[in-house]
Amino acid sequence: MDVIMLSRIQFAATTIFHFFFVPVSIGLAFTIAIMETMYVVKGKEEYKRMAKFWGKLFLINFAIGVVTGILQEFQFGMNWSAYSRFVGDVFGAPLAVEALLAFFMESTFIGLWIFGWERLSKKVHALCIWLVAIGTILSAFWILAANSFMQRPVGFTINNGRAEMNDFLALITNGQLLLEFPHTILAAFMTGAFLIAGVSAYKLLKKQDVPFFKKSFVIATVIGLVSSIGVALVGHQQAQYLVKTQPMKMAATEALWENSGDPASWTVTAFIDTENQRNTGEFQIPYLLSFLSYSKFSGEVQGMKELQAQYEQQYGPGDYIPPVRTTFWSFRIMVASGTLLILLSMYGVYLAARKKLENGNKWFMRLMVFAISLPIIANTSGWIMTEIGRQPWTVFGLMTTADGVSPSVTAGQVLFSLIAFVAIYAILAVVMAYLFIRVIQKGPYAAETQAETSSDPFDKEEYRHAIS
Amino acid sequence: MLSLNELWFVLVAVLFTGFFFLEGFDFGIGMSTGILAKTDTERRVLINSIGPFWDANEVWLLTAGGAMFAAFPNWYATLFSGFYTPLVLLLLALIGRGVAFEYRGKVEKASWKKTWDIVILLGSLLPPLLLGVVFADLIQGLPIDRAMEMKASFFGDIVNFYSVVGGLTMVVLCLVHGLLFATLRVTGDLQARARRMARSLMVPLAVLVVAFFTLTYFNTGIFEAHGGILVGVLAALAIAFVLAVVFSGKQKDGWAFGMTGAVIAMTIATFFIGLFPNVMISSIDAAFNLTVDNAASGHYSLKVMTIVALSLLPFVLGYQIWSYFVFHKRVHEKGHLEY
Repeated sequence: MDVIMLSRIQFAATTIFHFFFVPVSIGLAFTIAIMETMYVVKGKEEYKRMAKFWGKLFLINFAIGVVTGILQEFQFGMNWSAYSRFVGDVFGAPLAVEALLAFFMESTFIGLWIFGWERLSKKVHALCIWLVAIGTILSAFWILAANSFMQRPVGFTINNGRAEMNDFLALITNGQLLLEFPHTILAAFMTGAFLIAGVSAYKLLKKQDVPFFKKSFVIATVIGLVSSIGVALVGHQQAQYLVKTQPMKMAATEALWENSGDPASWTVTAFIDTENQRNTGEFQIPYLLSFLSYSKFSGEVQGMKELQAQYEQQYGPGDYIPPVRTTFWSFRIMVASGTLLILLSMYGVYLAARKKLENGNKWFMRLMVFAISLPIIANTSGWIMTEIGRQPWTVFGLMTTADGVSPSVTAGQVLFSLIAFVAIYAILAVVMAYLFIRVIQKGPYAAETQAETSSDPFDKEEYRHAIS
Repeated sequence: MLSLNELWFVLVAVLFTGFFFLEGFDFGIGMSTGILAKTDTERRVLINSIGPFWDANEVWLLTAGGAMFAAFPNWYATLFSGFYTPLVLLLLALIGRGVAFEYRGKVEKASWKKTWDIVILLGSLLPPLLLGVVFADLIQGLPIDRAMEMKASFFGDIVNFYSVVGGLTMVVLCLVHGLLFATLRVTGDLQARARRMARSLMVPLAVLVVAFFTLTYFNTGIFEAHGGILVGVLAALAIAFVLAVVFSGKQKDGWAFGMTGAVIAMTIATFFIGLFPNVMISSIDAAFNLTVDNAASGHYSLKVMTIVALSLLPFVLGYQIWSYFVFHKRVHEKGHLEY
């Protein structure tokens, strides 16, 4: 394999892995901040215990998010140095601001939060987790500002053979960003919420610490419902924006080889023949693609063949059609997962409102445990669609991915790093799953029993001190 | 008046200095868990002594990287791709280390802890070694061609006698700095041993520092370019070093720690002053050097970044200092150990 392919695989693998954890961190930090605020306002110990228990899972997850994030910042320069040279003037700024504004905030206040339970006043302690939560959200904003530039480059001019920033405000008010950011953040809230709901469902099924997990389940499904509906609503806006800004990605998402005709039907499933550029066995819903694209039941969507001809005229000869199958199916997996999540959280909220959680439907609760994975699947497939659908471009219309690779790095070097990173990430995943399960099995009241049975008298003393 | 390019060069230098000063003692503490601590509790005390801080300290490196990317894209691109293999090792070390701090105390099993102890030791030893090598290479010069591409051999261009001495110097410097940090954060026997070990390392450290700067004199061109200032910086470094020895002998731990911090700052200052106005030196042809001008972003971008950085920095410094104030009490064996 050549250096470009290896670099792509490495970037995809490390970025996808990193983004398993990021939404969980954002979502959990936000939910824990709400729980701790309830503790401060209502003064009930139970909310503090909630913040602490879910905080344990949060910290296990956060650690991996942080360390895999270091690699993210480094690998633009390491593997994509030509890209970095070309866009650094524009693209570097949001990354630097992310570090300065968000990373410092997260890392300092997470330290204060972990170690500050006994040292800080209740209010200041709660403020710390809010600052962590805000830090994670700011971090998302700035990295998405950078990504939005790749989807729809704005606020720059080509000068000295590279993209140079000439309008910072345009960069952070990029229409792409204004949709991508809420979509991602709401998806992250949803991810954290379904993690808490799923774990709670598991414990409720086992009838362990029922009051604690019932309350957690209710908080989580409410956040889950609001955010999953929000994700879908913003997603609809994004589709309309996509038709305007990246029609080729839209056409690939729909496996639309020819122009759709007016009104456009939405293809639910199809066998895609990329070689002959046609589909067979299409199952379609009339009018729906027009609605998705324009919020009305008429309007044509351009097909890939016509766009290919158009791009050849505009950018010169080349293949401008992205991997159609991957784009098409990842979009459908995302939408299906998202729809399922809305339905599940609706039913969850309904059960909670009717106070039927305890003796509710066992199958529903089992489904909720499984549903922990759904937002993660949706997040991942959404990003695969976004990034694969933009190919062959790395910055749409400006630079192709193949042109961005580091000329001085060899395939051997990348193969070595790819194996090393995949190996260490696999180990991290196993270790993390082990710790997660341990914490969940022990439950929220574990600290007490552990301290009581501890053979170390000092532990006991400290414990008494801590609750007095 | 500084040009914006020069200002950003200084800012990158300041960020790296802050990183080595702060994360330097974290690395030292990490190494000392392997060589100073005798029991599991002592190991935990040491890890907890940096518990609330290490993550934010590491962000100084990320911010330095981000600042390089934004202000000097060519510097970032050439350096990060040119030093590909050492940076892969650095990342593996930092990934393992960060997780190890968080996970080590989560399971009460000897084999579990022992595994993470090895990760912490390696994860704290490798970064200063690798970064020391990289910085020594930077002032020594690297095979950078006309297109700003650095095609360096791992053994030879990157790992050579001079750069390894630089790496080892950085390792021992961080270790001593960390041991002195421990004298401020722990109590009793552990504190006394940390002090003793720091003192016993002063002679080897002095040998390394002298050897490194002597080699620098012969191996690099930085004294020809900046002899005047560098003599002053090195004199300050020597004075700080002597004072570190004197203060640690008198058990004035805070002062001694401040002085090793000053030694670190002067070392990093030497690298950056030596480089200026270049950011990377080509061993092929001086015309291929990357400089604060040809490696930099445009004026507009630098201006925006300057406004953002200067308005955010006071807050960042403020809450970081506050966090040290909140956790100013020493970590006791009998106290609650989070990690």
